[in-house]
Amino acid sequence: MVTERVSAFTVGRVPAKYLPVLVTGCLFVAMFVVGGIRYEGFASGQVILNVFIDNAFLLVVAVGMTFVILTGGIDLSVGSVVALSTMISASLMAGPGWPPYLVIPLVLVIGSGLGLVMGYIVHAFDIQPFIVTLAGMFLARGLCYTIGTDSIPIEDPTFTAFAQTRIDLFADLWISPSVIVAVVVVLVAAYVLHYTRLGRSVYATGGSEQSALLMGLPVGRTKITVYTISGFCSALGGVLLSFYMLSGYGLHAVGMELDAIAAVVIGGTLLTGGSGFLFGTVLGVLVLGLIQTVISFEGTLSSWWTKIFIGMLLFVFILLQRLFSARSRR
Amino acid sequence: MRRLLWPAVVLLLLLALNVFFTPSFFSIQVRQGHLYGSLIDILRFGAPLILVSLGMTLVIATGGIDLSVGSVVAISGALACLQISQDAGVFTAVAAALGLCLLLGAWNGFLVAGVGIQPIIATLILMVGGRGLAQLITGGQIITVNSPAYKVIGGGYLLTVPFGILIVIAVLAVTAFLTRRLALGMLIESVGGNAEASRLAGIRARGIIIMVYAFAALCAGVAGLMISSNVSSADGNNAGLWIELDAILAVVIGGTSLSGGRFSLGGTVLGALIIQTLTTTIYSIGVPPETTLLFKALVVTAVCLIQSPSFREKLFRRRPAPPNPPIQTRIREEAGAAHGD
Repeated sequence: MVTERVSAFTVGRVPAKYLPVLVTGCLFVAMFVVGGIRYEGFASGQVILNVFIDNAFLLVVAVGMTFVILTGGIDLSVGSVVALSTMISASLMAGPGWPPYLVIPLVLVIGSGLGLVMGYIVHAFDIQPFIVTLAGMFLARGLCYTIGTDSIPIEDPTFTAFAQTRIDLFADLWISPSVIVAVVVVLVAAYVLHYTRLGRSVYATGGSEQSALLMGLPVGRTKITVYTISGFCSALGGVLLSFYMLSGYGLHAVGMELDAIAAVVIGGTLLTGGSGFLFGTVLGVLVLGLIQTVISFEGTLSSWWTKIFIGMLLFVFILLQRLFSARSRR
Repeated sequence: MRRLLWPAVVLLLLLALNVFFTPSFFSIQVRQGHLYGSLIDILRFGAPLILVSLGMTLVIATGGIDLSVGSVVAISGALACLQISQDAGVFTAVAAALGLCLLLGAWNGFLVAGVGIQPIIATLILMVGGRGLAQLITGGQIITVNSPAYKVIGGGYLLTVPFGILIVIAVLAVTAFLTRRLALGMLIESVGGNAEASRLAGIRARGIIIMVYAFAALCAGVAGLMISSNVSSADGNNAGLWIELDAILAVVIGGTSLSGGRFSLGGTVLGALIIQTLTTTIYSIGVPPETTLLFKALVVTAVCLIQSPSFREKLFRRRPAPPNPPIQTRIREEAGAAHGD
């Protein structure tokens, strides 16, 4: 419903459905330009690449969240599943000394399994996603503490090698392998969303569940699938985070679900579902990352300004979305 | 009354479990003119959660949700402690903190009713930004105050009863009177059922929505004062962290549907007590504290499943499974339900 309304309205030549993404893109460029003028050494390609390197795991998690939000649901469990993944990989490699090629698939299966169960409960028992994933959040965080309350260091050679590898691009620019993983995830997810039946069902379910049901689309299966995808992405994000942190800890990624939701919203996806793009989510993550970079360049600003800025950005973007949909209704 | 049956059963089971492990669980003594006992402790430590949940109930009854209460808890405690540490009177400090909370709540309500933003996002703004604001007020430090008068709110006693419990009883009584003896409760429920239809029927839906968000923030503010006064300090980072989730759980466990249109204050109090008793139980039966969250997740899932009509239908089906209704009827029913939204 929202999609139709929004797309009926155009500004100049740009269809309105691209407008939120465009606004986010402009904001990102503007922040980068202002930062480049204000701070020495800011306007370099490496700064942007660093945002990618430091936020690769958030990007992967936000991709999963985008799927869920596009169907009109929400997944509060992602942060805890990320923490659980770091904890399981760290403890299995430190204790029984499992090899990484066994641990990583196992972690991914566990994450997807948790997502599958939550999706099934949401669909089969008609309980709000908010509550189900909240219970999932408690469960995953609880499992972390059950495994151990302390931080477990990861000393596995494969993991440390992965963490320290620098992939040189041209002209002194470099990225970490995690960035490649994240980019692959984004590309695959974009393909799935726009060129497969599943992707179209996701948009249709979010646009109007009743219409989707009347059209004979597998609404229930779609819902279960998106939560499974989100669980998988969270587990993969957890693996990337354990590369980044080289430790497993129950207090990793506290509140990450909020960052992921904020990134998706700033990227122009409607929380009611049915409208939004994966590229917007990528931009949303970049904007969040750039805020942190700006604050670290500024030096004197305290860390809590990050939260205040994110809050203000959320406000502006939600207001913009609101304006677009209000104008298009006329 | 049937709606309260399951929450009450769960609460009684939890209490019974406690008696099994600690036989003296139900004993209440008077020591130095103060009431002591496990039950009193549950009420006393559960007081902030009950308050926040009461506000949350009314918000949820209008079909909304308020994620920002945890941040408001932190802001309220932070502002009050800052004022007291700058030698303001306790009364001024409390008034300033609660005033700010009312303002923040009205802001939430304005975003929802005035601008028309989905409640979950509108309050997400304050949830993220408010945490930063609280840290801004405290300057990132933990402000410690030494004020006996302020200490009374969360740690004091009046007529042998902990002061916090009295506050909860007062707020509960006023809320119950306003919503169940006056028309306000019905107006709130009708706005939750269908805001547009209520407006056409002559109800000031906007005013009511703004009011319930302001009320929720005010409750959160009082809870914030209680929490910070109990420890005589304000921590912008951790005060009230995740209390919004506990409050929403309490409301849902109490039988108030997240889709709005109905609410049960008694159910919410039961729900909040279940959550607090759960925490106490975990300690008293010797579940290692590491698995607290695990235990909580299981109980929450169980309670929500029990209350889900489709789960009960699947589990307690007495007769052989009736054939599924034809797809058209099902869709018509669901479409009908959607129209009700």
